[in-house]
Amino acid sequence: MKLILNNREEEFSQAKCTVSQLLEIKKLSFRMRIIKINGVLIPKDEYETTCIKEGDNVQVIYLMSGG
Amino acid sequence: MKQGPGKKQVRGSDSFPELVQTTGMKIFEIRAHLLRFRVGIAGAGGLGSNCAVALARSGIGTIVISDFDIVEPSNLARQYFFINQLGMFKTSAIKETIARINPDAIVIAHTEMLSRDNIPAIFAGCDVIVEAFDTDSMKEMLVETIQTKIPGIPVIIGSGLAGWGRNDLIRCRKIDESLYVCGDEMTATGPDNPPMAPRVGVVANMQANLVIEILMNKLN
Repeated sequence: MKLILNNREEEFSQAKCTVSQLLEIKKLSFRMRIIKINGVLIPKDEYETTCIKEGDNVQVIYLMSGG
Repeated sequence: MKQGPGKKQVRGSDSFPELVQTTGMKIFEIRAHLLRFRVGIAGAGGLGSNCAVALARSGIGTIVISDFDIVEPSNLARQYFFINQLGMFKTSAIKETIARINPDAIVIAHTEMLSRDNIPAIFAGCDVIVEAFDTDSMKEMLVETIQTKIPGIPVIIGSGLAGWGRNDLIRCRKIDESLYVCGDEMTATGPDNPPMAPRVGVVANMQANLVIEILMNKLN
């Protein structure tokens, strides 16, 4: 499948995957983050169950401490 | 950023026409417009106190600000507080300071810890919300709560402001119509990377600048 991941088109061998699987495939290990799929925020406890499919727009935003 | 309705370019001035964003409104008209809006600020520390003052100076009508902390000596290194305010709640101190700058700005202060339970009620009705927390876990909780419980209100995250220098790395990024990030998105605070006044102030004022841009696009 093809995805837009942080504004860049990327191709994956999987036809679909969960949010958790995508984070593993891309080795996105930094844990403080916000994930949005097609503009909808995915709560952390739904990473295992939320499915990503062809054409989805996935945004991963990292949250750095300090303020 | 997208230009809103009624935008026109400045001609016959010293400005570079293609880079200038203007509505053709004069300063008193801009202030009258900004007076209609309510901006939420989650946290009154380095980001929140500086952002609140910039918004009050700009003529934002109502500022809803929330924090449970008191002003401590170490806060004076970067937060908009004064020696005579030590020991006060940050919410009371910022309200007092804003009253000395712009008495027309209404400050609604919530002196309590924000949680998933009280965030929707405190910030419902705001036109924009500024995320101004210190810890990454609170930032995450706030953004997740707003975007799932009161979706549609634009949130401006501050992420990546620790240390000094590296001016060129600080930026502002639009994720979508309801989410923006200001900061370098890579530098977390730590023992050898403290938050310092200039970089915190740049990000706080960048957040305030973006609030005004979003509100100036609401001209209808």
